[in-house]
Amino acid sequence: MKTRARVENGLVYLVLAAGGLFSLLPLIWLVRSSLMDMGQIFELPPIWIPDPFRFGNFKEALTILPFGRYFINTSIIVVFTMLGVIITCSISAYSFARMSWRGRDLVFGLLLSSMMLPYAVTLIPTFIGWSKLGLTNSFIPLIAPAWFGGGAFNIFLLRQFYLSIPRDLDEAAYVDGASHWRIFISIIIPLTRPALVVVGLFSFLASWNDFLGPLVYLNSESKYTLALGLQQFKGMYAAEWHLMMAAATVVLAPAIIVFFIGQRYFIEGITLTGIKA
Amino acid sequence: MKPISSRSGISVKKKRGFYKNELYGILFALPAILGLLIFTLGPMLYSLYMSFTDYSGSNSPDFIGLGNYKRMFSGEDQYFYKSLGVTLYFVALSVPTGIIYSFLLAILLNRDIKGKAIFRTVFYLPSIVPIIAISFIWLWLLNPDLGLANELLRSLGLPGSQWIFGEKSVVPSLALMNLWTTGGTMIIFLAGLQDIPRSLYEALEIDGGSKLDKLWNITIPMMTPTIFFNLIMGIINGFQVFSQAYVMTSGGPNNASLFYVFYLYREAFQFSRMGSASAIAWVLFVIIMLLTFVVFKSSKKWVYYEGDGAR
Repeated sequence: MKTRARVENGLVYLVLAAGGLFSLLPLIWLVRSSLMDMGQIFELPPIWIPDPFRFGNFKEALTILPFGRYFINTSIIVVFTMLGVIITCSISAYSFARMSWRGRDLVFGLLLSSMMLPYAVTLIPTFIGWSKLGLTNSFIPLIAPAWFGGGAFNIFLLRQFYLSIPRDLDEAAYVDGASHWRIFISIIIPLTRPALVVVGLFSFLASWNDFLGPLVYLNSESKYTLALGLQQFKGMYAAEWHLMMAAATVVLAPAIIVFFIGQRYFIEGITLTGIKA
Repeated sequence: MKPISSRSGISVKKKRGFYKNELYGILFALPAILGLLIFTLGPMLYSLYMSFTDYSGSNSPDFIGLGNYKRMFSGEDQYFYKSLGVTLYFVALSVPTGIIYSFLLAILLNRDIKGKAIFRTVFYLPSIVPIIAISFIWLWLLNPDLGLANELLRSLGLPGSQWIFGEKSVVPSLALMNLWTTGGTMIIFLAGLQDIPRSLYEALEIDGGSKLDKLWNITIPMMTPTIFFNLIMGIINGFQVFSQAYVMTSGGPNNASLFYVFYLYREAFQFSRMGSASAIAWVLFVIIMLLTFVVFKSSKKWVYYEGDGAR
């Protein structure tokens, strides 16, 4: 019986290790390739550890195209998107969680069902709208939607958090004469700071990783984001894998760093997503 | 209940005022309400109208009735059925494999094992990689001549593949790539598994049930609501695959990876046929709704909800 348990345990670790390898190997391969020169990268059988480590690849890849400009562009979009999501999403979620008004459940229901709407349906009319306003090829179409509630998913997430706060707290404050605004700012927000972090992290990643939005809206190179710059890079240096991998590593790095800083919050946030199942 | 204070009469009335607050309620929710109108409902209506017109985005829309839809369904535009087929094939491959793989990992992780948190992080890590970087990484891994994938196969004595450059292998390759990013699904499963009451397993142990009995009679039935959720989300997301095809294959070879949204993107932004693209978008919406409806209907047969209603 004991050996059977041991064999079983061994099998479990074996499968998990195989899965872990499948998850990590592509990333390891990316970094490994980004540190090699052209000759080494093509050698067969493959070399696993670069010799020497060519950190120069990063410099070369980053100077071929104005990645500094792309980085600034991406950061502007990401920061203003995050701000919009955090501010307007929390205010809206408060209303759905704590206030009662005619049509509230209808609006909330519509919001939830809009999560099932393919973005392809609204993409074209929204694009036409922005182009009529003469605002395509600017960051505004990429930022503005975040300032209108920050997306149904985020509202849902925050509302769930708010509902978990005992009502006694804000009822007491209200009876003592506090306004809704006051309750929101000094009771709800401080108590749900982790939830705001979750929403902020999600919107950071969504915005940082966005490809279709910039592709549709930005056409002059000076406005490009990192994702678009990378796509352009591919067109020009398709055979120079070491430079392509170096550029991809640079675009990936901030997402990884933010993930490791906020890891705990990520897991919590995704877990909450599943709760409605 | 707390003791009633001397001003409880006022406070009850005030409390009611707290929850019933039409003006402030709407004011607080205004960003979301406006967002719903400006970025969802308005565009939906406009898109529906456009789908009945011939519209390049700059001319004035020309009403042509069902013309766009006829062109699609009659097969006059050969790419409609092609892209629908490609996308259905992708969904049929990627959704079940994604669910089975992440469910398996979640079940294994839910055991009492060492390094649980590390494994969880490792499995989730690929999900945060930007799609453009994912595309680069896999372009390189799946390179038929120099990529790691074929090199590994060769070292095992197996024949290599053309991967994304083969007409037959491109969709399975992208499904494999999709498998790499199912960490989020795995975490949702893991959370669901942790919610299953231990007492259920203990009861089965007393009855002498085996581990397989536990999996089959407790774990899987209790997890059906989560499986259902992941299935729906998988279908919705699977139908909207775009970026990897755009970056990696440009829809090729020979349109073998012309996904539905790619087809739509081409109509709208390369051929400036906004009316036609809107019709394509609405058909996608209807397909997704129908599929979701079918899954919902079938869920009564296989999704187990506890007696006191859904969570």
